Amino acid sequence: MMYSKNVMEHFMKPKNSGTIKNADGVGQAGNIVCGDVMFIFIKVKDDVIMDLKFKALGCVAAIATSSIVTELAKGKTIDQALEMSNQDIVEALGGLPPVKVHCSLLAIDALKEAIYDYLKKQDREIPAELERAHERISKEVQGIEGKFGNFVEKQREFLLDKK
Amino acid sequence: MKVYLDHGATTPVAKQVLDAMTPYFDKKFGNPASLHIWGTEAVDAVEKSRKLIAKRIGAKQNEVVFTSGGTESNNWALKGVAFANQNNGRHIITQKTEHDCVLKASKWLETQGFELSYLGVDNHGLVDPAELEATIREDTILVSIMQGNNEIGTVQPMRELGRICKEHGALFHSDACQSFTKEPLDLNKDKLDLITINAHKIYGPKGVGALVVKNGTKLTPLFHGGQQDPGRSGTINVSGIVGFGKSVEIADNKKNKLMKNLRNYLIDRIMDEVPNSFLNGHPEKRLINNANFSFKGLEGEALVLRLSARGIASSTGSACSSKKLEPSHVLMAIGRPAELAHGSLRLTVGWENKLAEIEYAIDMIKKEAKWLRDIGGCDDV
Repeated sequence: MMYSKNVMEHFMKPKNSGTIKNADGVGQAGNIVCGDVMFIFIKVKDDVIMDLKFKALGCVAAIATSSIVTELAKGKTIDQALEMSNQDIVEALGGLPPVKVHCSLLAIDALKEAIYDYLKKQDREIPAELERAHERISKEVQGIEGKFGNFVEKQREFLLDKK
Repeated sequence: MKVYLDHGATTPVAKQVLDAMTPYFDKKFGNPASLHIWGTEAVDAVEKSRKLIAKRIGAKQNEVVFTSGGTESNNWALKGVAFANQNNGRHIITQKTEHDCVLKASKWLETQGFELSYLGVDNHGLVDPAELEATIREDTILVSIMQGNNEIGTVQPMRELGRICKEHGALFHSDACQSFTKEPLDLNKDKLDLITINAHKIYGPKGVGALVVKNGTKLTPLFHGGQQDPGRSGTINVSGIVGFGKSVEIADNKKNKLMKNLRNYLIDRIMDEVPNSFLNGHPEKRLINNANFSFKGLEGEALVLRLSARGIASSTGSACSSKKLEPSHVLMAIGRPAELAHGSLRLTVGWENKLAEIEYAIDMIKKEAKWLRDIGGCDDV
């Protein structure tokens, strides 16, 4: 498996790894097939994503895509962030092996979930498309908890308590 | 520091092996099929290797047929026996943790009207002789069981399995690519009819191996042609075969002991010093150079590449490292839960490794496992 130089850089020295205390929104996404799980924490001010952090249990591509998503989304408004596509991620990384493209979707999903969580907490209206994405993503996370026992659940408790 | 711990994938060619091979590229380049002195010189070299290899595996010289390596030998053993013996029956038995080339050849044979049974393994990867006994039938023509597993290193009870095959009149084949010269194996004592071996796992060159075929075994050729080696057509790879012979000659107990000591040290320290680590495979009945771990809360491909960036070669059976996005069939067969199959790491030592290299690798594994668990939010899980 060959990764681009950019992927390897983000993997070896990821940007924005960690958690945010009192985050305005937290999102989780997971892939039932490969077992990767990601969390993204966001801090929002005046509708602009001021800071993001991530935690990713997964392969090289999972870590690199999480890193680039947090970089690309920083400074974007909520609406702009919701428009980001996995194609943007793949391009920014200088390509991903075809079998790894799903990892870039996962990072986008975790960001969407963080935004969903933020909008919910703010009691704001959820765009219909985001609502549908939320249903799909949370179903996948449940699936992964089924397959990986209570492990993912413990990881979530650990991360969310820590924040 | 650069540390190569992926000898299960391939080994370097040993200096003595390379030196033995070199003249056969330019000075002694003859084709053994030629009648002149260039040809006879090549024949002598090939026969010298054949003799060495035959002796090591308890076979007669004419029972060793050179091939292009393990994949060819395994394909030939399965397909060759199946087609030559189909009048005696169409049932073949193998097991679930075989190398892909045996499993895929088996799957293909199913499309050709053969019936395959795949024996299961226990949590350590061992085949149960009682299951073989219960599965073998009147029309079973072949049983193919690898000696040492390439991923988790489990070594099967060959003699016991061989005895059962003989009692039921089935031919017995073993893929011994990972175990050859490391574990004792004898064509006659272990009641084998066919054995697959190769050179590049034992400090020989890539692209050369052999199928050991007990005299009298009916076998359809895979390649049709000039029958340069009995039953196997194709110009003989003289330099490769010379290297193969030399690699067998230099493989000795002293080197085996070195590998086993390094491997034991590696397993002991990793199990002690990396929290939530598990050994895959059998604690004792395993290849002397193989260590295979599962680490909870991290992913194997990521660990392999973090280690690679530190100059360490390793491999993994994690789903993320495969094109299918499924964990290795071996980890699944031994019943590893998904979270453990996710974080597997195989380290296979060689006799040229130094203790200081192993110590460096252990330090880096500890460091990188901690780093990955932290970034995954799993350092306290």
